[in-house]
Amino acid sequence: MTTISKVRYSRRSLLKSGGAAVAAAALPAPMVWGQETKNITLRQFGTGVSNLNDVATKVKEDLGFTLEMTALDSDSVTQRAATQPDSFDIADIEYWICKKVWPTGNLQAMDTSKIANYDKIVGIFRDGKLTPESTIAQGTAPHTVGFTSGVNDTDFVNEESGWMTLIPTIYNADTLGIRPDLIGRPISNWSELLNPEFKGKASILDISSIGIMDMAMVVESMGEYTYPDKGNMTKEEIDLTLGIFTEAKKNGQFRAFWKSFDESVNLMASGEVVIQSMWSPAITAVRSQGIPCVYQPLEEGYRSWGGGIGLSASLSGMELDAAYEYINWYLSGWVGGFLMRQGYYSAVPETSKDYMSADEWGFWFEGKEAQGDITNPFGQVMEKAGATRDGGSFYDRMGAVACWNAVMDENQYMVRKWNEFIAS
Amino acid sequence: MRNHSIIGWLLATPLTLVLLVFLVAPILMIVTVSFWGATEWSIYPAFQFDNYEFLLGSNVTYRVFFNTFKYALITWAFTLLIGFTVAYYLAFHIRSQTWQIALFLLCTIPFLTSNIIRMISWIPFLGRNGIANSTLMSMGVIDEPLEWLLFSDFSVILAFVHLYTLFMVVPIFNTMMRIDKSLIEAAADNGATGWQTQWHVIVPLTKPGIMIGTIFVVALVMGDFITVRFMSGSQSANVGRMIQNDIALLQYPSASATAVILLITVLLLIGTLLRFVDIRKEL
Repeated sequence: MTTISKVRYSRRSLLKSGGAAVAAAALPAPMVWGQETKNITLRQFGTGVSNLNDVATKVKEDLGFTLEMTALDSDSVTQRAATQPDSFDIADIEYWICKKVWPTGNLQAMDTSKIANYDKIVGIFRDGKLTPESTIAQGTAPHTVGFTSGVNDTDFVNEESGWMTLIPTIYNADTLGIRPDLIGRPISNWSELLNPEFKGKASILDISSIGIMDMAMVVESMGEYTYPDKGNMTKEEIDLTLGIFTEAKKNGQFRAFWKSFDESVNLMASGEVVIQSMWSPAITAVRSQGIPCVYQPLEEGYRSWGGGIGLSASLSGMELDAAYEYINWYLSGWVGGFLMRQGYYSAVPETSKDYMSADEWGFWFEGKEAQGDITNPFGQVMEKAGATRDGGSFYDRMGAVACWNAVMDENQYMVRKWNEFIAS
Repeated sequence: MRNHSIIGWLLATPLTLVLLVFLVAPILMIVTVSFWGATEWSIYPAFQFDNYEFLLGSNVTYRVFFNTFKYALITWAFTLLIGFTVAYYLAFHIRSQTWQIALFLLCTIPFLTSNIIRMISWIPFLGRNGIANSTLMSMGVIDEPLEWLLFSDFSVILAFVHLYTLFMVVPIFNTMMRIDKSLIEAAADNGATGWQTQWHVIVPLTKPGIMIGTIFVVALVMGDFITVRFMSGSQSANVGRMIQNDIALLQYPSASATAVILLITVLLLIGTLLRFVDIRKEL
């Protein structure tokens, strides 16, 4: 698969044998390979959240090589990563997908010593703790599937082994989205999703591994059951959870289920639904149409998710070097700032700070009141002066995570039952 | 004589090969995989009845199959009614052939746009604050928006009828055009009323067209998944949706098992339909 040309080989060996090793080390690799990198194309695929063409454009500008992006929904991403290892070089996937895909051996581990900002990556992705006092939330917490024992290994290890499965890039804390204008009273619990008051006006997402976690939050909040571990339910717990929701479905609680981002936006913006599971940028998309929509912080806490980039096992030679370069660039701040100005968090927040204005940093990260208009990277005004972020600062939001998106031991059973829930 | 049979075999070979590669082989593959096992990320060869056991042992399956038949039956009734009427009008009420062709082409114009677009454009129309509801409310017909207009069986069937009526119009129109007009005159001469002519002359002679249209519509509705997904807001399911969910979750063996059962059901259905009319004889 490698495309290193003979010319480059000879130049490299010349440099080495010619005693110019010092010079070679002093020159950053991309300079030496300047012309060659231009011909490299890395194929990245992943969910829509971070597969943005702006990133590809900037990569071309800063690093010189071409990044081809393909955006798919979570299920298709899993499917592709698990079944078509040669169709991609870089997989931009979520940690729960990683738990499913990693054992197939389609991805290779990354050497953390080659990651310049590794030490600055937030604790959540390393030892699992946001701050030393934090407790680790239930579910597939990123650090539990973040490390493996060696480059070609397919296991997960608990300690920071020096080999990362995914380099964390983007994450957020999710909660319910509401239409405050149509609800007209404060909402502070997950249980409101099944409140008969919103009969025919509620929605939940039809992606089993995420939806089941939202359901678990609701069931616990209703006081029906307290799970020992929401992220790893037993068959009985799965039956119980889906039983409660099947009954609600039969009673006409739900207007629709959604699977893609734009469906959730349309449901909310058209007023078909007033309360539903939602993703942060979908809230923004509704609000930018001039329709009030709140990403409501709830007492029970957030359901969180994290994504990262993994390398295809077939990546080698110059492409592999380029991929490392891309990862280092990813963590160096520009992308972080780009994502944080849309309401996500970057794995290395401190590097992103340089790419955001003080006001933006204050609003998005510190939960402070906006001093002027807050615009997203595309120039749209997201919030006016005086607004504060729903849920507050980074530490308020990420510190209140109750569970992570998860894949359970009984996943197959859950999937079948989920299928029945949708079909019933 | 020998030469002839060799030529015959040779002539039949290309089609046989095409059918073997593109029809028989995939079906055999699906049947084989339906006995395999699956983990979360892979499938492994085996010979087990797990998939069928789970499928046939769950009452959800029966409800979903019932739902699929329900959609097929209702859609069939409406498309037949509309299709027959449109075809009848075109064939017997429009005198000039130019107009017949022009109006027939007019019927097909919506089909120049994408299937999905035609379906999705119903959503804003039928929504809680959509055009239908706001019009009815401003006319004072209703006070509250009608909830069942969208994301219901109503909207699913509406979309099906909208999408598939043409598949009924075309074959029926085609057979009607071949009816000898003198037969209708003969019926009139013998004192038959309009309804009698309709029922005893036109309908029997149109049967092959109706049957072909029926096969089209039933097969399309039973195999559909996307219309049901969008128009019911993922709330209802038919067999196609079940298969789609399985595939999305990498459960290929289970999807194959469902596909095999669906295939058998549809074949039985079409087999039964063909008992009523011998299409070959009447074409």
